[in-house]
Amino acid sequence: MQEHTQLSHKQINEDLLKDVLTVPKWWLPAVAFLGLVVLTGLCAFFFMVYHGLGVTGLNRPVMWGFFIANFVFWIGISHAGIMISAILRLTQAEWRRPITRAAEVMTVFSLIAALHTPLMHVGRPWRVLYWIFPYDFSRGIWPNIRSPFVWDPSAVGTYLIASTLFVFICLIPDIAILRDRAKKPIVKKIYSQMALGFRGTPRQWKLQIVAGILLSALVLPVFVSVHSIVSWDFAVLIGVEGWHSTIFAPYFIIGAIHSGVSAVAMLMALSVWLYGLDKYIKPDHFDAIARLLIVVATTWFFFFFLEWVYALYTLDSPDIALRELQALQWPYGPLFAIFVITSFVIPVPLWLFKRVRRSAALMFWTTILVNIGMWLERFLIVIPGLLRRTHMTFDWGTYHPSIIEILIVVETFAFVCLGMLLFAKVLPLIPLFDIKEGMVNRRLIKVGRRVVPATIREGLPHHYYEKKH
Amino acid sequence: MAKRSVLGLYTEEDSAADALDNLREAGFEEGEYEILTGVPYPEGTFGEAEPEHNLYRWPLIGAICGFTIALLITAGTELAYPLITGGKPILSIPAMAIIMYEGSMLGAIIFTIIGIIFESRLPRIFMGAYSEKITEGHIGVTVTTDETRTDAAETALNKAGADGDIIRGWE
Repeated sequence: MQEHTQLSHKQINEDLLKDVLTVPKWWLPAVAFLGLVVLTGLCAFFFMVYHGLGVTGLNRPVMWGFFIANFVFWIGISHAGIMISAILRLTQAEWRRPITRAAEVMTVFSLIAALHTPLMHVGRPWRVLYWIFPYDFSRGIWPNIRSPFVWDPSAVGTYLIASTLFVFICLIPDIAILRDRAKKPIVKKIYSQMALGFRGTPRQWKLQIVAGILLSALVLPVFVSVHSIVSWDFAVLIGVEGWHSTIFAPYFIIGAIHSGVSAVAMLMALSVWLYGLDKYIKPDHFDAIARLLIVVATTWFFFFFLEWVYALYTLDSPDIALRELQALQWPYGPLFAIFVITSFVIPVPLWLFKRVRRSAALMFWTTILVNIGMWLERFLIVIPGLLRRTHMTFDWGTYHPSIIEILIVVETFAFVCLGMLLFAKVLPLIPLFDIKEGMVNRRLIKVGRRVVPATIREGLPHHYYEKKH
Repeated sequence: MAKRSVLGLYTEEDSAADALDNLREAGFEEGEYEILTGVPYPEGTFGEAEPEHNLYRWPLIGAICGFTIALLITAGTELAYPLITGGKPILSIPAMAIIMYEGSMLGAIIFTIIGIIFESRLPRIFMGAYSEKITEGHIGVTVTTDETRTDAAETALNKAGADGDIIRGWE
């Protein structure tokens, strides 16, 4: 049974808005450091634009390197944010309340990070206009919609717009709280504009609840389509036989969920440590997400196993050669071992222990391991796939990431952290109204000789209960 | 005649429900009074009428619009710059389906968002009678009526034990 502490609305406002309306001591140095890393990455990018892609380690036959592996990784992270929020909203899981907002915001920043790596990868990002937008240039050439390079922006763009709007709609009641709490006139005015005049009428609350459920139902199919389309970037590529796999779409999706849910668990631990939110994110919440992770990780491992079985059982030479390169040859073999150990072998058995599941620190470190492993997984799909020697290959080079690529990849991590910190400075990372609703819906009732929290299913019309009783 | 609004604040759900009963007894109709809360209470907590909405139509309309636009873009680009590949048809349905699917979903989501804002009667430019205490846990009962009936509304709100003075505002 979940622990239950009844808090007043005033107490919740004070706890969850203290870091929005005031500046924590560590905040400025952290933002300055992350800003510096982002700036360094941007300098590296402009250096690359000026000198051309020759400054990267990309060369025949490996024309997709760190940038594309990083793109797939961030798309994966972005997935679980909205997914976990949407599934938990749809199933009305009580433990969702403190974690949905942070997960949704992480989706938005991860998607922006994901989007800018392929843009940098093309070397001349402004030329994106030629292959994405249906605009007839003077050359009379229109984009080729049969190419995944048009599918990707349409899917990722849809997901980014949907996630951003989803976050905004769910934020309106909390912005109204900020409007009422802000002291400085200019800040109050900005929050007033953003709150759109929300007052908390029954109609507005009903629409909020319906919106949460309806948007979740609409975002989930988009979430599935985005990573499927990303996987088709690989699967439909004619040149690499090892990628011609029908299992790629579900395999990529479950991999995305594995790394994304792990990232949400990391975020929960960081929220507890940085913002002191242990009153709201409790061991019960870590326990619940760890149980979910066991299911997700095991399903992911099943797909991973199937991918290998399908590849090896056919005895197709390109597939076997690719697997040999991925798992047995230097330097990919050791990386492969690290990938399997960190993403499954260490964390999953540990999560079977209640003490691990209920510890913020242990959940943080085990989920960090998962994400190290999942980044390596994407690297091991991209690089050995392109590196494998084929009949017509005339250039048998290898791939070493340059310092420029490393700086840009590091920049994406700093960008997401910076984005989250800036967001948390202006808007609450935990949905206040959701927490308060949980308090209202879980008032204590007496059952026999025990007093337990009663949970009412939100969103049901009052005649539902009347009919039942 | 100019409309005025008055607001009574309550600390208990039962008092707010009593205020609504008093307003009905005093001849105020549904639509003239509203409950304001800082948290979504289960529907009917205060004996208020269940709000009706048409939100479920919005995503359908949006999906149709998005699908149509995506169809025009994909078919249009393929016809504007025909790429004949291996004698296959110029209009490539599987590739078009991907973009049409995304277009439909994007249209559905954008229209849903517009629908939520519209159906919530937002944006609201004037707040009327409002108190910041509402987002601190107080329950507000606001009455929007003709200037001549505000005294009757105040009496009904006070009778239910409003916390502090009644707040007045312009609509």
